[in-house]
Amino acid sequence: MKEVSERMNIVVLMKQVPDTEGDRKLDPSDNTVDRNAVDPVINYIDEFAIEEGLQLKEAHGGEVTILTVGPERATESIRKALSMGADKAVHVTDEALHGSDAAGTAKAIAKALGTIEWDVAIAGSEATDARGAVVPAMLAELLGAPQLTQARKVTVDGTSVSIERVTESGYEKVEASTPAVISVVEKINDPRYPSFKGIMAAKSKPIDVKSLSDIGLDAGEVGLANSWTQVASFENAPPRAAGQTVKDEGDGAAKIADFLASKKLI
Amino acid sequence: MAEVLVLVDSVDGTVKKATFELLTAARQLGEPAAVVVGASGTAAALKGQLGEYGAAKVYVAEGDDIASYSVAPKAAALAAVAAQASPAAILLSSSPENKEIAARLAIKLDSGLLYDAVGLDADGTATQQIFGAAVSVQSKVSKGTPIITVRPNSFAPEPSAGAAEEVAVAVSLSDADKAARVTDSVLEEKGSRPQLSDAAVVVSGGRGIGKADNFAIIEKLADSLGAAVGASRAVVDAGWVPHTMQVGQTGVTVSPQLYVAVGISGAIQHRAGMQTSKTIVAINKDAEAPIFEIADFGVVGDLFEIAPALTDEITKRKS
Repeated sequence: MKEVSERMNIVVLMKQVPDTEGDRKLDPSDNTVDRNAVDPVINYIDEFAIEEGLQLKEAHGGEVTILTVGPERATESIRKALSMGADKAVHVTDEALHGSDAAGTAKAIAKALGTIEWDVAIAGSEATDARGAVVPAMLAELLGAPQLTQARKVTVDGTSVSIERVTESGYEKVEASTPAVISVVEKINDPRYPSFKGIMAAKSKPIDVKSLSDIGLDAGEVGLANSWTQVASFENAPPRAAGQTVKDEGDGAAKIADFLASKKLI
Repeated sequence: MAEVLVLVDSVDGTVKKATFELLTAARQLGEPAAVVVGASGTAAALKGQLGEYGAAKVYVAEGDDIASYSVAPKAAALAAVAAQASPAAILLSSSPENKEIAARLAIKLDSGLLYDAVGLDADGTATQQIFGAAVSVQSKVSKGTPIITVRPNSFAPEPSAGAAEEVAVAVSLSDADKAARVTDSVLEEKGSRPQLSDAAVVVSGGRGIGKADNFAIIEKLADSLGAAVGASRAVVDAGWVPHTMQVGQTGVTVSPQLYVAVGISGAIQHRAGMQTSKTIVAINKDAEAPIFEIADFGVVGDLFEIAPALTDEITKRKS
């Protein structure tokens, strides 16, 4: 009995983002992220969330489900996550989601979690595109579930989950009961690369594609027009102008000190 | 005039500078009101300081339960204050925890959240810099009470007399607020250096320092400037310093008055975390290093000679 009850339903929340190595842009037609300007990839920090999910499965048994809210093209990233070893995926995609802000996205994730069984939902601490680091907290609030975020270590014992939460001066130990929302920081583990076998196996793993109506969320709750925040305008910032660069002739330190003094910084 | 709530950050009875910056920024949106959330007795030492920066009221939401649980109770307390004050806006400084408090508050209040603002207009328009500061965005909250987190060092704090009238607010925590229990709090950082995220001056070391033992060069330079110490990802990955010190895309984002990059090439991933610094100084032996493209003042040379000499020079000039 114990063995069965300890099997975990692990959901990993994964976002597809524009590659940070590319020249990322906003689309001037509606001020949303231009998802065609740069190749899309798995959000870098989510790779640590996937790895953490896989390690929990290896330790406790169970299943890892990737949950992604995003455009159709996110399938590519979902397949990669499946090739790392996740068992299956739920992909919430709907034209009406385009332009959703963090709150809209959190609502869609919350509703999607309502359609599946889960003990832990693990996210990366932030996405490299928006860098809000707010969705996991919003999700916990929406679900009334415990928030175990910014974790550098996750320990599961039966229905109890404890984490080491990174703080500005060290860490806090935080514990809660499942189901719980977790976010992990990078460096919590060492994400594995997909093996050839994993890549082949991923091709036949199930991806359950769901629309907003499938998860029971009204289109009026999400999308650009219903977002609680609006981008009024943007401009591509001029690259920061380079100042003066000098070669050290034994006087480099004095020159920096002169510069700092001229700026009243010392 | 409608009130603008400012969540107070404090350490050991001292209000943090970032809070004074917010009390200053709040004045253009309405009447600044400070909100102290914490264990019983937290507010007593802070009230006077908050009055010096224009807080007309100091809402006090204290309870010994608040610090016993992670994040959620603080959001509940702020929501309780918001219900009482009907504010024009709610401002928090952009620390990781404050952004999570703001996130929960946005859901509680059905209100829009803008995070990491570096500028704020009288009409509530926030300026954010995204994609490693390559794009500057002007955004507004279109629903509910605007909740805005502002990056430290975005505003210069200006003193202004405020009545700092104390208003006690009762907070009752729900079971959901008490779902994640804090069982221990561990301080890992030693010494008395300022915190990286909101320091006015940051000195960071990169791969150029060569090995862990050499990091003392960075620390000594930082101490001469009263600066916080940061590092590039290469240094963190090498295990020379803890991850909490990483400045960059996936680490801490800093926006200090002065950023000194020592032996850092300035890869995009690093620049994303420090590009909004007001003044950037770089020391690197490679004249082609991209850090020089954004530095206000750069010296091409051997950091092992220049950094210690600079430490001595600053110490000499300061004394």
